[in-house]
Amino acid sequence: MATQQARTLGRLMLSPTIILLFVWMIVPLAMTIYFSALNYNLLNPGMENFAGLDNYYYFLTDPAFLAAFRNTLVLVGSVLAITVVFGILIALLLDQPILGRNVVRLMVIGPFFIMPTVSALVWKNLLMHPVSGLFAWIATSLGLEPIDWFAEAPMFAIILIVSWQWLPFATLILLTALQSLDAEQREAAEMDGARSLSTFLYITLPHLARPITVVILIETIFLLSVFADIFVTTGGGPGLQTTNIAFLIYSQALMHYDVGTASAGGLVAVVVANILAFFLVRIVGRNLEA
Amino acid sequence: MGSITLQDVRKAFGPHVVIPGANLQIEDGSFVVFVGASGCGKTTLLRMIAGLEDVTSGRIMIDGANVVDVPPARRGLSMVFQSYALYPHMSVRGNIAFGLKMAGLPRPEIDRKVDAAAAILNLTSYLDRKPRELSGGQRQRVAIGRAIVREPKAFLFDEPLSNLDAALRVQMRQEVTRLQRQLKTTAIYVTHDQVEAMTMADRIVVLNAGSIEQYGTPLELYERPANLFVAGFIGSPRMNMIERETEQHRGAATIGVRPEHMTVSRDGDGWSGTVRAAEHLGSDTFLYVDTPEIGSITVRCVGELGLGEGDSVRLRPDPTRIHRFDKSGTAIR
Amino acid sequence: MARRVAVAHTVTATVAAWIVGFVIFFPILWMAITSFKTELEAFNTPPSFLLFQWTTENYATVQERSNYLHHAPNSIIIAGGSTLVAMVIAIPAAWSMAFVPSRRTRDILLWILSTKMMPAVGVLVPIYLIFRDLALLDSRIGLLCILCLSNLPIVVWMLFTYFKEIPKDILEASRMDGATIGRELVYVLTPMAVPGIASTILLNVILAWNEAFWTLNLSTSEAAPLTVFIASYSSPEGLFWAKLSAASTLAIAPILVLGWFTQRQLVRGLTFGAVK
Ligand SMILES: Nc1ncnc2c1ncn2[C@@H]1O[C@H](COP(=O)(O)OP(=O)(O)OP(=O)(O)O)[C@@H](O)[C@H]1O
Ligand SMILES: [Mg+2]
Repeated sequence: MATQQARTLGRLMLSPTIILLFVWMIVPLAMTIYFSALNYNLLNPGMENFAGLDNYYYFLTDPAFLAAFRNTLVLVGSVLAITVVFGILIALLLDQPILGRNVVRLMVIGPFFIMPTVSALVWKNLLMHPVSGLFAWIATSLGLEPIDWFAEAPMFAIILIVSWQWLPFATLILLTALQSLDAEQREAAEMDGARSLSTFLYITLPHLARPITVVILIETIFLLSVFADIFVTTGGGPGLQTTNIAFLIYSQALMHYDVGTASAGGLVAVVVANILAFFLVRIVGRNLEA
Repeated sequence: MGSITLQDVRKAFGPHVVIPGANLQIEDGSFVVFVGASGCGKTTLLRMIAGLEDVTSGRIMIDGANVVDVPPARRGLSMVFQSYALYPHMSVRGNIAFGLKMAGLPRPEIDRKVDAAAAILNLTSYLDRKPRELSGGQRQRVAIGRAIVREPKAFLFDEPLSNLDAALRVQMRQEVTRLQRQLKTTAIYVTHDQVEAMTMADRIVVLNAGSIEQYGTPLELYERPANLFVAGFIGSPRMNMIERETEQHRGAATIGVRPEHMTVSRDGDGWSGTVRAAEHLGSDTFLYVDTPEIGSITVRCVGELGLGEGDSVRLRPDPTRIHRFDKSGTAIR
Repeated sequence: MARRVAVAHTVTATVAAWIVGFVIFFPILWMAITSFKTELEAFNTPPSFLLFQWTTENYATVQERSNYLHHAPNSIIIAGGSTLVAMVIAIPAAWSMAFVPSRRTRDILLWILSTKMMPAVGVLVPIYLIFRDLALLDSRIGLLCILCLSNLPIVVWMLFTYFKEIPKDILEASRMDGATIGRELVYVLTPMAVPGIASTILLNVILAWNEAFWTLNLSTSEAAPLTVFIASYSSPEGLFWAKLSAASTLAIAPILVLGWFTQRQLVRGLTFGAVK
């Protein structure tokens, strides 16, 4: 296989991918860096001038940034916690002998295929609407005051929706990992007199450590840029309560037309994501023998 | 037609030299077996002949033409892989016909040739099955069918029988040999099983760390091993190597005596020793004898001698069948 | 005794699992049910679950206003087109890395993965400006290119993991049989990799179909796919939840079905092989 001819051909066939991805990564990134050093507003074309690090200064010291940063952390952290904890529980449940497991699997994975605009709107209007949403009806039937989710707890509402979208992903990966856990290994632990709790703590959980890490890292990459759910439900509000970094940058760029600041913010996002990506790539790289 | 010549063929993977330089002349129609220990470069050499691997330097001539720059598809050779490498998505017929299809033969001719090959290999009733519906031996036959149908200049086999069980291996061994004699096509066969090598080959190439140690007929290798490595490699149980210099064999650093070329008696002259272990196979008996003079010696006796552990014996080598080697390990003739 | 415990265990687990599955699936189910109600019924409290006048008028309305029929083809073109283009670029690349690996292959693979990690917001501004200057805003071809690039890493990775499992011997055998490398790709590799290629296509159609960052930011009407079409329901003047539900159901149904068929492969593809 490894003849010179095949190698040459191999390089030839690999190069379009490399070139495209390189351009796709480098050109916009370079432009982002360049814009981030300019005073550049789309409303005043031709007035660009060099701004040094001012944009970073503005972006990072803007109270909106701090709020968005906090919101991003809260959103990512809560969704991770919810999806991992419930993901483990549901995966453990689905790993039991169940009649009709395949149907249950299909129901559980359902939300993953729903486009974010649809799930956000369905949750907002059909479930969380303070007057005629299903939750309001449930609350009323139980004699409670219905909650106006997007006014009283907007961030929580977003977290709920996003968690619902990502729960299937976590569950399925963890379930796959569980099923690869050797039944014999578990039985051996039981023979050794381990009770189910200790089996879980000393056998199952360590086995899940890696898939959990993978879930966390991959979800983080996507959750850092949650956008559509916020876009169609709260528009970042009320106030800045549901504005995350992605949404803040979007609003700087396409609502305030402030290219310079938005670019600076974009780079901040890139840096954050790359720190995380570094760990993910290492984990994936470890069990890759190319 | 299919003579193959290697001239100073060298192969290195990066800094790691695998074949330091091989010269070999394979005559048209002969059956040549490469043997050697695991990792000695047999597969690498075969793949270079096939064109699946580049040569680092040197020339490979097929029928007098240098083919090092010719891609495998156009060398006119066919190969049988250890894993069979059948196309899982094609029927047996499709597998055998693939090469002919690639060569652009007309449909009726392909069918005729495939049917003929299938008849030779007893595959006629399996032609419409997929490879996964066949037994190991049948898959092996399909792989061979795929190789012969193209009427190549030479067949290349890389340990084709090693995935089969012992009985089937013997049967396929004979089948391959018969087929090759019948078709008179040059064959190069890689194995590390010396029984296969001895029984199938017209000529054997013994490889050691990428170097050709000896090239000759099976009996030449057995009777006149060129050096210590070949002497030790060919023959089972291994030849006894005696390093002590003895009067009779002046000039030899080592002498070798095959276990079957010794006579054993309870007394008389010869090396004295004690039987450490005895393996009784019925037809043969293997004795492992400790001698104070020359160390541990293996002896193979025909039949049952009634000797057992702890018995003291006398060993006498057949003087006409003692192999002598100099300090560098080369045979002294 | 042990058997009775096992039965009890199965019953408990089954009941619990079905409840959990139902709860998770409920919003989708509820949406589908609502889409068959009249607007009045949809807004009613207490809500009716199954006993109401089932109607398909919402679907008719959504069709009639023809918004849907304008946007659905956009989704199909953008999701399908970007996936196909990505496949054409990625199959040779994955072949190359799986069967002619070099010392750098591993690094290249990880680099390809890392490009997927770059957050879209980081490059939103330049891409938006480039699109504006090239008149690609709100164009199908523009979105197709962007989604193709953003999914390319996943496509390459999935194909690579599938190709890795194909024995190299078989490709070499075809070469010995006289196949050129092009024919080897067409007659041997591709048919053997069909299941993998199919699920790669499906997963990427799903991802592209649901992609909602670039589509929301780079299209408004002409090229807008269903994600954008649905987003226009975000500020409802008046009550048209039943229609929203009908439109949503139409938007997700094809992809939900596709997803259900490929769910097993999907998980593996998405983890880039990091979970077996
Ligand atoms: N692609 C490669 N890169 C680096 N070294 C290689 C490569 N292929 C083979 N080698 C090395 O070349 C040597 C010879 O390998 P080869 O496969 O030819 O051995 P072999 O005689 O066929 O062994 P076996 O009987 O186990 O099949 C080995 O030491 C092996 O490690
Ligand atoms: Mg080998």
